Amino acid sequence: MTSATSAPAVAAPTAADSIPKRRFDLVPVALVVVLALVAWPAVGSSSTWFTLTVAGLAMGMIIFIAASGLTLVFGLMDVLNFGHSLFIALGAYVATSVFVGLGGWATAPSIGINLAAILVAALAAMLVAGAFGLGFERVIVRPVYGQHLKQILVTLGGAIVGEELIKVVWGPAQIPLPPPEALRGSIVIGDATVDKLRLVSVAIGLVVLAALLWTLNRTKIGLLIRAGVEDREMVESLGYRIRRLFVAVFAAGSALAGLGGCLWGMNQQIVTPQIGGQVNVLLFIVIIIGGLGSTLGCLVGALLVGLVANYIGFVAPKLAMFSSIGLMVAVLMWRPQGLYPVVNR
Amino acid sequence: MSAAPLLKLAGVHTHIGAYHILHGVDFEVPAGEVTMLLGRNGAGKTTTLRTIMGLWAASQGTVVFDGKQIGGPAATPDRAAPSQLLTPAIAAQGIAYVPENMGIFADLSVAENMLLAARSARRLDQLDTARLEWLFGLFPALKKFWLYPAGKLSGGQKQMLAIARAMVEPRRLLLIDEPSKGLAPAIVLNLIAALRDLKRTETTVLLVEQNFQVARALGDRVAVMEDGRVVHRGTMADLAADEALQQRLLGLSLAAHQ
Repeated sequence: MTSATSAPAVAAPTAADSIPKRRFDLVPVALVVVLALVAWPAVGSSSTWFTLTVAGLAMGMIIFIAASGLTLVFGLMDVLNFGHSLFIALGAYVATSVFVGLGGWATAPSIGINLAAILVAALAAMLVAGAFGLGFERVIVRPVYGQHLKQILVTLGGAIVGEELIKVVWGPAQIPLPPPEALRGSIVIGDATVDKLRLVSVAIGLVVLAALLWTLNRTKIGLLIRAGVEDREMVESLGYRIRRLFVAVFAAGSALAGLGGCLWGMNQQIVTPQIGGQVNVLLFIVIIIGGLGSTLGCLVGALLVGLVANYIGFVAPKLAMFSSIGLMVAVLMWRPQGLYPVVNR
Repeated sequence: MSAAPLLKLAGVHTHIGAYHILHGVDFEVPAGEVTMLLGRNGAGKTTTLRTIMGLWAASQGTVVFDGKQIGGPAATPDRAAPSQLLTPAIAAQGIAYVPENMGIFADLSVAENMLLAARSARRLDQLDTARLEWLFGLFPALKKFWLYPAGKLSGGQKQMLAIARAMVEPRRLLLIDEPSKGLAPAIVLNLIAALRDLKRTETTVLLVEQNFQVARALGDRVAVMEDGRVVHRGTMADLAADEALQQRLLGLSLAAHQ
């Protein structure tokens, strides 16, 4: 049976070359590069520019790690989780305790042992944040599915309670989280100085990014997540329990937030109970800039926010407070749905 | 007609919010045949399909698939065995659903759309190739645009993908909601040809249609809905031959549509 199809003219399968390929929207990615290039003359000194750029990319990577779960949770189940910042704070605090517990590991002058200390701290932060994420979803998020206003109020309330509980465990005062011995200070490349810890952050960020992209694009779970972001009713009609998938994504996203908190704390060298609140605003700016639900958008948005914060902080420190909001306003005036809008939404 | 129908709806009521849409729907879908669900706009055809699929829960009555209740409240409250299954569990019984909007994942490729529907396959190379070739024979466009984003397909190609996706693994019952909607007449002819091929495999289909030409070409049996009830059951041949009945039930005559 060879009924004609609606496809015009070309019928032979060899004509596959003539089929337009999926066109990738490069403009937002190019924007990151252009931003860095424009900042070069504005900053003035090349070495300072390089230092700022690495710092900006590191900050962007950390924000991306922390925010990636938030954007997927929104994309999959339409859940606005204002409690996400709690997992960031939790990750940072767990890291301080692990560092204390490991004692000599962080102060030993060996880079291997230092990296191992970071690894253990990061894994512990992810584990604890992920476990709390599971509980948070069950107790706080599940009763308010499909009700945005209640979600905002209840998850924000959960975050406040969580913050107070953190004070009960770790105390209300700020706790130092010094980076391990061998990763303090900076290395000099030409005239530019680059913080060692920032390089570690970028490296960890790249590993997380690669793992995320692989999971999303090369596995069936990832396929289900991408499809669920587009049309969850259809995914259910195909026979998949999207609730279960959502719980898994929620826990994984919480674990990543914990990792982000661990890295953020180390870069700040200090952890305070308010850390979650400080980062929360940035997270929402990033996922709105990126296009709610889009992982790639979240990455590009995070890099933009990180770079702009560092450049503006140097060039016009008085505007620093305003830089992220300003960036969001500019992006939304250009693309009201965000950099990479999710279809059907 | 076989003794026990594959699907049986009895006294099904469905509420959507404050609206009472289905007012006691009764009809049967015999195995191995194509049953047409006809009726005017707003008669409750789509709601009926969504209720079968569990996307909306029946507030009264029963939906029974192959002797097992899949929808509607239990006769006796028994928390251990809920009688209204959730949508994924209903799909797992072997029921595939092609919604009115086709439910194509626009960001995913044609291949990924197909892989998603194949619950037993984790990777593309695990798809049943013989079955895939059969589907490519029915819908050649899918082979041509295999790695192409599904959102860029034409309306007719999307409809073919939606139906092929529902068939990527053997399914016992196919629910298809208005496949001819918005398609050009020539494309509708293609669709009829492909569905006729499908019909030869004795797949059980419950098909909602507004296009009487499609209905006549494919249907074995027919149920006509009005105001949330089934007001006529019979064979397609009888309905196609009785112009007065068509006029009364559907407000159209076949002659006017030729």
